[in-house]
Amino acid sequence: MSTAQRRIRVLMGKPGLCGHDRGIVLVVMALRDAGMEVIYSGRHNSPESLVEVAIQEDVDVLGVSILAGGHLGLCERLAKLLRERNAQDIVLLAGGFIPPEDIPKLKAFGVREVFRDGAKLEDIVQFIEQVAGERAAA
Amino acid sequence: MGDRLGGSADDYVAGILRGDRRSIARAISAVENETATGRAILRNIQRHLGRAQLIGITGAPGAGKSTLVSALIGEFLGRGRSVGVVAVDPSSPFSGGAILGDRIRMERHSLAERTFIRSLATRGHSGGLSRAVVAVVDVLDAAGFDLIIVETVGVGQSEVEIAEIADTRIVVCPPGLGDDVQAIKAGILEIADILVVSKADLPLADKTELDLRFMLSVRDPSARQPAIVRVSSVASIGITELADSIDARRDLGVGKRGIGSRARMRRLFAQEAANLLRRRMTSIESPALDALCDAVACGDIDHEQASLQAMRLVMEGCR
Ligand SMILES: Nc1nc2c(ncn2[C@@H]2O[C@H](COP(=O)(O)OP(=O)(O)O)[C@@H](O)[C@H]2O)c(=O)[nH]1
Ligand SMILES: [Mg+2]
Repeated sequence: MSTAQRRIRVLMGKPGLCGHDRGIVLVVMALRDAGMEVIYSGRHNSPESLVEVAIQEDVDVLGVSILAGGHLGLCERLAKLLRERNAQDIVLLAGGFIPPEDIPKLKAFGVREVFRDGAKLEDIVQFIEQVAGERAAA
Repeated sequence: MGDRLGGSADDYVAGILRGDRRSIARAISAVENETATGRAILRNIQRHLGRAQLIGITGAPGAGKSTLVSALIGEFLGRGRSVGVVAVDPSSPFSGGAILGDRIRMERHSLAERTFIRSLATRGHSGGLSRAVVAVVDVLDAAGFDLIIVETVGVGQSEVEIAEIADTRIVVCPPGLGDDVQAIKAGILEIADILVVSKADLPLADKTELDLRFMLSVRDPSARQPAIVRVSSVASIGITELADSIDARRDLGVGKRGIGSRARMRRLFAQEAANLLRRRMTSIESPALDALCDAVACGDIDHEQASLQAMRLVMEGCR
């Protein structure tokens, strides 16, 4: 029986007000080149809409890029909404301009990993492959 | 029979019928990937199908399809209808990955309760793209969506085939592409029930409409005559008229309960059967088929008779 292999699905979005999207577009292309299906939801997404889209698209990973601050509030809200929707199995990742001292707080909220500005694309790809693999095995 | 997140097919079917969004979303993944759970879900929802009207929207990249879908969602929600969307984008031929960006243009409906939007990549469906799309459409149909819109890029045979399966087929022609031939070459004008001239706020839209009318006038007069509707999604021109034309087709009986799902299954059959037949008829070693070719060439038998006979031969696994 020929059963199609499920591809890793990732939703990438930019909550909040920051306008730059060069960084996130580079990540989106790297994930595509690694064979993943990437839903790109553009800029200015509300946390509510990101979580709803993540659910509709049945993604493994929700990645958000935050460059203009507010990451603590946004990520706390995203993690809370995922739990409220019983969708905490979707892996939440954050990237962008994030001070190192905030990383433990973000992780305490439920962000699985943080990729600060300048993180290597290969590392992001590899991390997503790893967590999606764990998810598939679960 | 569970899947990676522990749901059984029965759980999913119950969730789909309740309209639970996580169930719908995961069921779509299961049927798209043709898992055992996915097949069981499809089997169990069959008797809940046939209510939705299926709309296919196709056209060149950048023609304005996604923006139009967004405008149509708004229009139909306003008419009290619920709308499911399947947005198909091409996969990369190199990595098999895909960037699915159609829903950026539909963002304002992301949180609408009576809307469900799902992005689908073209690659990796062992049973073919059309079959995968029909399976996804079935899940949305069972979930009770009144209209289901499938957006595909009108290039490549498999994409055009998807539009063909729809009850109502819309081909979007943007102004200023200059090459009217493009649309004819792809053969997509032939499948249209409704031709949309998009971006009607642009000055070149007049010329595009004239070109289309001319092309239709020089076709075989017995061919189906599609309606032409001018639309601007950004200036909100023609959206009401387009929705009216779509509704008019529903009133003709297209997409009525119990009819729609069988009709699309038949069209899927027709495509798959034609593809199967083509593959076999062109590759099979058969003296009988060779003899038939000679008979047609000599004028001993006409083409239609010969085709029927050839089909019979191929189905009997001819020698
Ligand atoms: N002027 C004008 N531009 C439009 C209209 N609809 C879409 N566009 C633009 O055309 C481009 C492609 O639109 P999109 O909906 O993504 O096209 P698709 O690739 O066919 O889905 C975008 O830049 C849109 O803003 C319209 O009605 N008028
Ligand atoms: Mg599009």
